[in-house]
Amino acid sequence: MAELILNRRRLIGLGAASGASLVLAGCDQFDFLGQRSDPVRNFLERANQLTYAAQRALVGDQALAREFAESEIRQGQRPNGSTDPRSNVPEYSDLAATDFANYKLSITGLVETPKQYSLAELRNMPSRTQITRHDCVEGWSCIAKWTGVPLSRLLDEARVKRAAKFVVYHCYDMMGGGLSPPVPYYESSDLIDAFHPQTIAAYGLNGGALPIENGAPMRIRIERALGYKQPKYVHTIELVDGFSQYGLGQGGYWEDNGYDWYGGI
Amino acid sequence: MASITDGALAETKPKGPLVYRQAILTRVTHWVWAIAMFFLLLSGLQIWNAHPALYIGQQSGFAFDNAILRIGAENTDAGPRGFTTLFGQKFDTTGVLGMSGSATQPNFVGFPDWATIPSFRDLATGRVVHFFFVWVFLGAIAIWLVSSLFNGHLWRDVILKPRDLRDLPRDIWDHLRFRFHHGRTYTPLQKVAYFGVFFILFPLIILTGLTMSPTMDAGWPWLVDVFGGRQTARTIHFVVMLLLVLFFVVHIVMVLLAGPINELRSMITGYYRTSPDTEPDTRSLHPASLPLEGRERGRGWFGDRRQTPTPSPSPQGGGGPATQAQEGEKSNG
Repeated sequence: MAELILNRRRLIGLGAASGASLVLAGCDQFDFLGQRSDPVRNFLERANQLTYAAQRALVGDQALAREFAESEIRQGQRPNGSTDPRSNVPEYSDLAATDFANYKLSITGLVETPKQYSLAELRNMPSRTQITRHDCVEGWSCIAKWTGVPLSRLLDEARVKRAAKFVVYHCYDMMGGGLSPPVPYYESSDLIDAFHPQTIAAYGLNGGALPIENGAPMRIRIERALGYKQPKYVHTIELVDGFSQYGLGQGGYWEDNGYDWYGGI
Repeated sequence: MASITDGALAETKPKGPLVYRQAILTRVTHWVWAIAMFFLLLSGLQIWNAHPALYIGQQSGFAFDNAILRIGAENTDAGPRGFTTLFGQKFDTTGVLGMSGSATQPNFVGFPDWATIPSFRDLATGRVVHFFFVWVFLGAIAIWLVSSLFNGHLWRDVILKPRDLRDLPRDIWDHLRFRFHHGRTYTPLQKVAYFGVFFILFPLIILTGLTMSPTMDAGWPWLVDVFGGRQTARTIHFVVMLLLVLFFVVHIVMVLLAGPINELRSMITGYYRTSPDTEPDTRSLHPASLPLEGRERGRGWFGDRRQTPTPSPSPQGGGGPATQAQEGEKSNG
């Protein structure tokens, strides 16, 4: 008994000492978690799958994001990320020079009939306008009015094949640079988000044409996800059964840089 | 036997019975929380550093001002300085908030590197760590809630009863004089603290966290209404974090003041040395259904399943008036 209690005491002391050193030594000892290939980090990342499954189970596939009154639009939509691909993408620069008259949106991949739409054709289709809150992964929110074609309509016209599981959105803007060569922005979503009634191919913002800083001529709005899941400058929508062949295989530019693919929280 | 081994430490002090106070799942969930909240706090500050401002309302004002807190760095005549603006009042917080690090290598960041995981700016990793430990935290709450319902801990030590509220002023006065009563159950002030953490702060920080999720806002729109907008929810999330940090500081101070060895032992082995006036268990013939001390005879919702070891005899014969106990405890304070 005496020995047992002494051991317990030693254990208590050891626990207290290690706990204190953990706090006092600061937290750079957890910096290894920043390495994208670290096995511990990859284990922690698995919780994102749990979050994705839990939110899909708790929230109905058709549940709508809140729509606000006009009076809630109190400022312009804050631009973030790429704000002007004209500076480093000549192809985009040419399109912008003619006010996107030569722009074509392609629907490709696992569809029965691949489609192409000009901006004028998109504008002539039945549209949806919604005043929604844009939530950036950084933490800020901004309310704006978006106008566009429901993506489900475009996908239905192209007739999505049964094998398709995801939608990849390819963009004009080039990201990164510095040490590594720039790579094109891309994003992806599951079919639930792609066919969601509020998911639109948006060409209008706050009553006007979508400005370049916000993604002209067209950006995808996926209203129940964070800002990085709202790709700007989209030129191709591709139906796929997996996204491992794009970028670093994580399903998006920010995902390739360590962000979670789901982006719903 | 226990009194012999403990004697070296406190042989002059009269002692009450050694009781089995914390069930195994109470102890396990306690330490799981300790670890989870450590990571939640530091990864949370990392996430917050991505946009070091707090707002009231649905959105963040860029063309208007609805910020109540803003941390950043600015150039002044004396070079760059870190500033914190709270309710319009601007404070120079160079060295900690807004600008930290050394003079040669200043770090322009909201919370300093020692307060975040990772220490460098890495929102993506902060989110990975935060959302992993959210699940750990929630799992511990679920296990604690169910086990505490069944082992009586919830009813005995956490749920506030009319009697606790009546005794609260006296307990606060005792605490102010560092006169701590070590009983079989928690004191009224302890119950207030734990009740507040479990049934106010924990639900608040979970629900405001969920309100920041655009998907959850679509599924549970009442979240946004209850908290008055996503940005208000983010602000409440932050304030509750501060309250939990305050709880942690007080918690540690109280452990140190009340006797760190005894307190730590009770949260590791479950056994707790009570004050001399604590009533010894006279019914230890039936250890599975021991009554609590006289005033806590209610069995809780699912009965009391604690087992208590044979008590060591209390010098005062047990059940003495509180004033006697306080004489014995004075050496603590």
